[in-house]
Amino acid sequence: MKPRTRRLGWIVAGLAVLGVASALVLNAFQSNLVFFFSPSQVAAHEAPQGRAFRIGGLVEAGSLTREPNSLTVHFRVTDTAQTIPVSYTGMLPDLFKEGKGVVAQGTLGPDGTFHASEVLAKHDENYMPPAAADAVKKAHEQMSTKTLVTTSTASK
Amino acid sequence: MIPELGHFALILALLVAIAQGTLPLIGAATDEPRLLALARPTARAQFALVVIAWVCLAASFMGNDFSVLNVATNSNSELPLRYRFAATWGSHEGSMLLWTLMLAGWTFAVSVFSRHLPPVLLARVISVMGLVSVGFLAFVLFTSNPFERLVPAAAEGRDLNPLLQDPGMVIHPPMLYMGYVGFSVAFAFALAALLGGRLDATWARWSRPWTTVAWAFLTIGIALGSGWAYYTLGWGGWWFWDPVENASFMPWLTGTALIHSLAVTEKRGAFKSWTVLLAILAFSLSLLGTFLVRSGVLTSVHAFASDPTRGVFILSFLAVVIGGSLALFASRAAKVGLGAAFSMISRESMLLANNVLLIVAMGSVLLGTLYPLFLDALNLGKISVGPPYFDSVFFPLMAPALFLMGVGPIARWSRAPVPELWTRLRWALGVAVVAALIVPALLGRWSPLVAFGLFLAFWIFASTFETLRGRLASSAQRGLAAKLRANSASYYGMLLAHLGVGVFVVGVTLVKGYEVERDVKLDPGETVTVGGYDFRFVGAVPGPGPNYRAVTGTFEVRKDGELLQTLAPEKRIYNASGQPMTIAAIDVGIFGDRYVSLGEPVAKNQDIAGAWAIRIYLKPFIDWIWGGAFLMALGGFMAVSDRRYRLAIRRRTAAVWTGVRGGAPAD
Repeated sequence: MKPRTRRLGWIVAGLAVLGVASALVLNAFQSNLVFFFSPSQVAAHEAPQGRAFRIGGLVEAGSLTREPNSLTVHFRVTDTAQTIPVSYTGMLPDLFKEGKGVVAQGTLGPDGTFHASEVLAKHDENYMPPAAADAVKKAHEQMSTKTLVTTSTASK
Repeated sequence: MIPELGHFALILALLVAIAQGTLPLIGAATDEPRLLALARPTARAQFALVVIAWVCLAASFMGNDFSVLNVATNSNSELPLRYRFAATWGSHEGSMLLWTLMLAGWTFAVSVFSRHLPPVLLARVISVMGLVSVGFLAFVLFTSNPFERLVPAAAEGRDLNPLLQDPGMVIHPPMLYMGYVGFSVAFAFALAALLGGRLDATWARWSRPWTTVAWAFLTIGIALGSGWAYYTLGWGGWWFWDPVENASFMPWLTGTALIHSLAVTEKRGAFKSWTVLLAILAFSLSLLGTFLVRSGVLTSVHAFASDPTRGVFILSFLAVVIGGSLALFASRAAKVGLGAAFSMISRESMLLANNVLLIVAMGSVLLGTLYPLFLDALNLGKISVGPPYFDSVFFPLMAPALFLMGVGPIARWSRAPVPELWTRLRWALGVAVVAALIVPALLGRWSPLVAFGLFLAFWIFASTFETLRGRLASSAQRGLAAKLRANSASYYGMLLAHLGVGVFVVGVTLVKGYEVERDVKLDPGETVTVGGYDFRFVGAVPGPGPNYRAVTGTFEVRKDGELLQTLAPEKRIYNASGQPMTIAAIDVGIFGDRYVSLGEPVAKNQDIAGAWAIRIYLKPFIDWIWGGAFLMALGGFMAVSDRRYRLAIRRRTAAVWTGVRGGAPAD
């Protein structure tokens, strides 16, 4: 084979790999991006029906209830302006607490309940998921996130 | 006094590093032997000073000196001694000091093990590493001083994050950093070669063992982190495609490409530019990983309270290092040349294809990791890219790479006739196909994905065996022992690492295919059957711990009525922080683990004597995942033990820079 043909072969092969890779990536990207919405956005019907997304905020104090004989729990997530009821079946992460920040992934039911498939753990007691902190901050511009976090820690 | 001593040593280290990073480079440019000769002593002095600083910090932690802010926020007098030691790198400041220590250590190692390197090259290598040191020392001193005092001193420390109070904390970070930072040596060699304008087989031979060692440490570090997440978080997963995991995985993928590309450059003089580029890329990704993890842009167990100046500092440093080295590469790459030619089907072409696949896979991980950060930074909304993305992109890209692993070592350099490949590999292909058809059925349920994964694994096993068989058959030696001895340690290292990949693939395939996960509510005395095993929840009782209160559950595991094991998972509440922690109980076995962890009491008033939410997992062959990783790392260490590297060094010094050595034996 002549060097030029060979080089051409390499270029074609390289482009083919890149093409396949980009197709895979774009396809996977499209179907697997998970968007984040705050309770206010969900209440304003900005969130999609039937497609998974994430919500974040604070677990409203006193909102956690358990169904007897199953692992299903109900709680409400709030950004202090709006509140979304959430149901979840499974084990809650260690640091899930009322009054604390939380991020949940799932779909919105027709009745307005968020059916979580995953409730995300925090790794540190003082730490609040930024997405959750952001939602609260946006809903409550006059109060800084920092004080919110401290007050929620103090009220525990 | 001790913290001030450490702080002072660190300042001196910065000054020495500045000398180390500039004077030998000037010496190399002006041919001034007195400046060249400074490389070694400055590297060693810098190392000694950083060691002193680090020992001072460790002493402050172990001696509970709560007048040091870092100690007061990350330790506690109740903390067991080994975790007080590990807390040295449990904070942002401490872990950056560890990074710096590792860098100084690698530089020191280069200064010790390179007696036969030409002085100009050595001076450049050590200088480049010195410049990186300057960046990190300045970062530690100006933005993350680990010795900052707390006035007045705290009476008690705030404690180390309970998640980090684990034996994993003692070894995972040092191993990972050994790997991360080790790529700086390959990077420094690449830049030194570019500066000198002479890239040849000698350069590759020099940086090869360093790169392999760094890669082996990184492999161990990642495997340890994965194993730690498996047993400590109570989720039973071994890989989450978490950005922090990706941050360590990207340098690994690039490093894997690099060690293969270096082999080609050393043996055949080919891929020269590509190898240099990979060396720059591997270390750049290590820095990027450090930036991602340390700047606070990511949220995970590794991210500490973020300080914007730190992020800006690392980002600028990143831009200088990556931009500078790529600019140097661009200006010199034309001189480097492409190297020897080879045919479409040859060992070179397969290694190149493997390289391209690894780098494309790395790119897809990079995209999935950075895209959400970009969107967020540009205020275009918050998104997350979950495991399904990575799964659906990564596995299709890796499958052909795994297949090529079987062909590459058998293919001849320069040109590999297809009929010969077919003759040698057809039985390996047969073994793999038969295994793929039969083994899943034996394990209970046949599924295409499991069959495909096992096909790849058995293909790797069988073809690796064929590689060795062919090599022994064509050996001129008599007798099996002599034939075995005739091959080099690096050859066996390669085989072992490839077998490790096969073992890893078996683990991943069978866990993904056959794992059973059940979350159940159990009353004391109740039994649940999972995957043929009866798990009886005896009850949960409270008990004390060294620095926590625990509730311990008891589970009896039976199969066909026979008691196999009693498992005791724990739920802990740490005294200092009040933070809860789940400790899973795992019955580890070579054919699979039985995994039980406690959720929370679900009876009224959270009565611990009542019912609990319980997680029960069966994880077939999961330990093969880490076993495979350790085999890979072992293969790496074995390859480095090759006598060739030591002998070649001496033999070659005289003939250094004489150009490409062609026609080396195919090992």
